[in-house]
Amino acid sequence: MSEETKPTTITRMTPHELTQIVAGHEELFILDVRNETEFNDWKIEGEKIEIINIPYFDLLDGIEPALEQIPDHKRLLVVCAKEGSSQFIGEQIAEAGRENVYYLEGGMKLWSEHLEPVKIGDLMSGGEVYQFVRIGKGCLSYMVVSDGEAVVIDSARMIQPYLDFAQARDVQIKHVLDTHLHADHISGGRELSNVTGAAYWLPPKDADEVTYPYNELVENGDIRIGTGNVNVHPIYTPGHTIGSTSFLIDDQYLLTGDILFIASIGRPDLAGKAEDWVSDLRNSLYELYGGLPEHLIVLPAHFGKVNELDVQGKVWAKLGDLFSTNPGLNIKDETDFRKTVTENLPPQPNAYQEIRQTNMGKINPDEEEQREMEIGPNRCAVHDN
Amino acid sequence: MNADKVLDAKGLACPMPIVRTKKAIEELESGQILEVQTTDKGSQKDMTGWANSTGHQLVDSKAEEGTYTFWIKKK
Repeated sequence: MSEETKPTTITRMTPHELTQIVAGHEELFILDVRNETEFNDWKIEGEKIEIINIPYFDLLDGIEPALEQIPDHKRLLVVCAKEGSSQFIGEQIAEAGRENVYYLEGGMKLWSEHLEPVKIGDLMSGGEVYQFVRIGKGCLSYMVVSDGEAVVIDSARMIQPYLDFAQARDVQIKHVLDTHLHADHISGGRELSNVTGAAYWLPPKDADEVTYPYNELVENGDIRIGTGNVNVHPIYTPGHTIGSTSFLIDDQYLLTGDILFIASIGRPDLAGKAEDWVSDLRNSLYELYGGLPEHLIVLPAHFGKVNELDVQGKVWAKLGDLFSTNPGLNIKDETDFRKTVTENLPPQPNAYQEIRQTNMGKINPDEEEQREMEIGPNRCAVHDN
Repeated sequence: MNADKVLDAKGLACPMPIVRTKKAIEELESGQILEVQTTDKGSQKDMTGWANSTGHQLVDSKAEEGTYTFWIKKK
């Protein structure tokens, strides 16, 4: 039998399948064979996921050190940066007699780019809201669909999933919006608008330095889709950036961008002005959001931990509930608040300065460089525990 | 830098550059220098990690036009 036709003893697991396991709180044992620094920076997480790290180059003399640590009865997923090393190690584990051995298709690279669309709900005026969960990086983007038209909010760099989704539903993407100038990922907004002919909208206060034309998002400058019944209503909520804008959709859903998350709040330092924006952030959260109806469904642009996903893999909460459960909305004292959002912050996202420059159109890295810049968690929240 | 042996691992994907490096260094004497050329970006971090883990010394490295060169001194 030639090399090519040799039957594989291990099974490929797609990012979609792994997403189902993570969201469904299923058990899985992961052997991550990347080097230690990469592993410590960023790894696959899940409620019932047990994970160990042994670099593949420490297993070249034999896989015994790994076998000793892998429980017999569990599904085993071997993971590496791209795929090659996980197959290399996984096959040896299977040859040693272990069953239920999988490798992750495309490795952490593909995991970081995978978008999983989930339906959030229907709109009273007719239409639906979908959340695109970038589970490997914790980024959330949205598509609102009504009467053959769609608006995409906070598009990820990979735009194909939105195009495919729109095509499958026979809807045309008419508007592309970003809640703010992102620092943790490269926005696909501009490219999506180029490809579809949709209008691209940015908050003007975040777009001082952008090098390309855009439409200005202004408070009360509502964007309508479909027959005009569904409206996207911008609310100026500065604090994470000076331009940060939230969207109230159909008086039901509140897209909070990087201002308010489920378990935390946005950090004000990624554009370099933490001290200046503390009071803006507090005002946006406590006064502006505090004055909105409690029944609104909050849809943020990120999650921190996978336990923020519900069993269907969605990330959402009622605004009223967040005012009792979210620690960031329960800091009475202004000085304490200032401390929380300016001191002991988690490390900044990988390459965040270059990412901001790219989103402004000032630098144009190639795809491989863009991918490299986006490696790692989003780290846009003040709490990262 | 003068190398006692040169390993061309260009065009190879992970894990092969390290697998070949390991084999090549086994054929050297302690103190000798192995030069390794790769094109796989991941080999930069992995070569450092592998050297740390095995005790061989990564004496120098450079990245030029998509080719990465490493000089490793056998322990």
